[in-house]
Amino acid sequence: MSVIVAENISKKYIIDHQKKSGSSSLKDIVSEKFDGMFKSKDGSNSTKEEFWALKDVNFSIEQGDRIGIVGHNGAGKSTLLKILSRITEPSTGEIRIQGRIASLLEVGTGFHPELTGRENIFLNGAILGMAKREIKQSFDAIVDFAGVEKFLDTPVKRYSSGMYVRLGFAIAAHLNPEILIVDEVLAVGDTEFQKKCLGKMRDVSESGRTLLFVSHNLTAIQALCNRAFYFEKGRLIDQGDTTHIVTNYLSKVSHKTLEKHWDHIHDAPGNDEVRIKSFKVTPEYQDNLSHIDVRTPVDFEFEFWNMVEGANLNLSMHVYTFTGECIFNVGTTSQPFGQGIVKGVCRLPGNFLNDGSYVVSMMIVKDTSTVLYNMEEALVFDIEDYRENVTWYGKWPGYIRPQLDFSIQQSEHIVND
Amino acid sequence: MQHNITIKAGGSEKDYWKDLWLNRQLLLILSKRDISVRYKQTLLGVAWSVLRPLMTMTVMVFVFSYLAKIKSDPGIPYPLMVLSGLTIWTFFANTFTQISNSILINSNLVSKVYFPRLLMPLSSIAVGLVDFLITFGIFLLLTAFFQHPLSVNLIYLPFFVLLTFVTALGFGLFFAVLNVRFRDIGQLIPFMVQVGMYACPVAYSSTLAQGTWFEKYYNLNPLVGIIDGFRWCLLGDKAYFNPDSLYSTAIISTTVLILSLIYFRKKENSFVDHI
Repeated sequence: MSVIVAENISKKYIIDHQKKSGSSSLKDIVSEKFDGMFKSKDGSNSTKEEFWALKDVNFSIEQGDRIGIVGHNGAGKSTLLKILSRITEPSTGEIRIQGRIASLLEVGTGFHPELTGRENIFLNGAILGMAKREIKQSFDAIVDFAGVEKFLDTPVKRYSSGMYVRLGFAIAAHLNPEILIVDEVLAVGDTEFQKKCLGKMRDVSESGRTLLFVSHNLTAIQALCNRAFYFEKGRLIDQGDTTHIVTNYLSKVSHKTLEKHWDHIHDAPGNDEVRIKSFKVTPEYQDNLSHIDVRTPVDFEFEFWNMVEGANLNLSMHVYTFTGECIFNVGTTSQPFGQGIVKGVCRLPGNFLNDGSYVVSMMIVKDTSTVLYNMEEALVFDIEDYRENVTWYGKWPGYIRPQLDFSIQQSEHIVND
Repeated sequence: MQHNITIKAGGSEKDYWKDLWLNRQLLLILSKRDISVRYKQTLLGVAWSVLRPLMTMTVMVFVFSYLAKIKSDPGIPYPLMVLSGLTIWTFFANTFTQISNSILINSNLVSKVYFPRLLMPLSSIAVGLVDFLITFGIFLLLTAFFQHPLSVNLIYLPFFVLLTFVTALGFGLFFAVLNVRFRDIGQLIPFMVQVGMYACPVAYSSTLAQGTWFEKYYNLNPLVGIIDGFRWCLLGDKAYFNPDSLYSTAIISTTVLILSLIYFRKKENSFVDHI
């Protein structure tokens, strides 16, 4: 039985190029109308542009399907979820949904900072569409899942961000909809909590309910979903078996970027304080090879123009797996710099990361607290597998593959008389 | 129970009012939220609801009665006249302001979860209603103090409160929609409320407008009928009340409410695109 059938869904936004903020003021509209009287309608200096966040999307979802939705930022995934959740309406097309639908686009929607944990459970539950009776029934389970017993009567503004997220998810996890829509909520919270969430979502799907799940975490999608949709530029370009779609997606997006550089300071990314000059991966190739393998030491070289005399700066580098999990974050010490080019080098030793694709981001931080510029997903590089004297060819497990002092020796002989 | 939803451009019309009814618990909870959050982290707490109308009344009595020498209707103590007008005017002004801002204030909900958007303006009435009841209590105490008899007209009071509500909702909904698109409205509303207070018979009696060339325009203001009528309910027949002004009130308020509801329904599905 199809629980969701979507036909020709499109969503159009009008982008106004002149405006800085989202909402226009009355004055703008009036002056625009006024200008319009003196200009031809098809004036070339028109500042409005149509943008199709979704274009002619068709699909049908069966009961019990667990759909993972993948695609780049801006591919239309979130717009689709917003339309399905009835937050915004499509510009064209029709969707027929059978069953009670609940969507979790954010953890703790509508939490009021001044209200206590207890009050917020009822508030948020009601906002998500739970009846008071249902909330009362699952109240203890929610509190238990979130682990906030002690702080039930504390205003949530005093909660740590972890507690806040846990409480928010715990409420959502006790929704009992026939269709559950979840957007990238796993990006927050610690690993243990993420596991809990994934477990809960698996429960949901195993009980025959339908799940739609958007995430950049492909591991989670593969673990949870049986089908996947692949969106690109507002179009649903591929759908089918999860493994097939994820492989397809990875092969399309895996553009190695080993170097980025800008010759002129004016077109370089950055702001009034710093501008990026270059960022590159320089491998120290082994055995005359031209690819990086697990043994290869790698230097990350980063250069930027500093435009503020005496600025206290440090660099902070994040390395992620291709599926978006952060493996480590490393930073330099902070020190004052004069105007001019500043260069940072980080050496990643050989025999450290496992094979796979990695994404690197670099932040320039002022006074060890303010992020001046964050160059996200700046570099992408692959590490190939390499093994010596091993006759096993399975995928080596783990994110890192360190060579540690690990010895084995005979400590005693059994003497047979 | 089987839920079937059809989502398409232009919105799903037929289940809207049913949906609104199904969400009545949310309405209650949102109202409760607004009330319980109101005086958090204030020293005086709910006392503010008592102090504010008392202080406003004192200032008005001083300015209009002692300095400007405005007379109340014969046989009615001026403080009672001001406070009765102030009670219903404040209810209108608060409710109107809250409704106009309700969508923007709850923008975090609008962009993340669906429910009939009409719940937000409806729930924002609660705070004004609580304040109204408190001011009303003060008024009753003050009547006892001035030993002014309560009138039997009091039985009509709920009707006037309802009419105030209809008027506030009608105008409020219209501005709530505009406010999403044009933030100018947020600047305009306090100004409108301030001017409105002088345009309405809050600190003076409508008898002052009697027989002037602008009387018929004056009576077009839906609040003139409401304030005069409310006062008539509380203070009895000595208070000036022209029942004719009620026709224009009823007609204008109902028409505005219906038009605003249509406008609101038409725009509510695209609120999120402008927030």
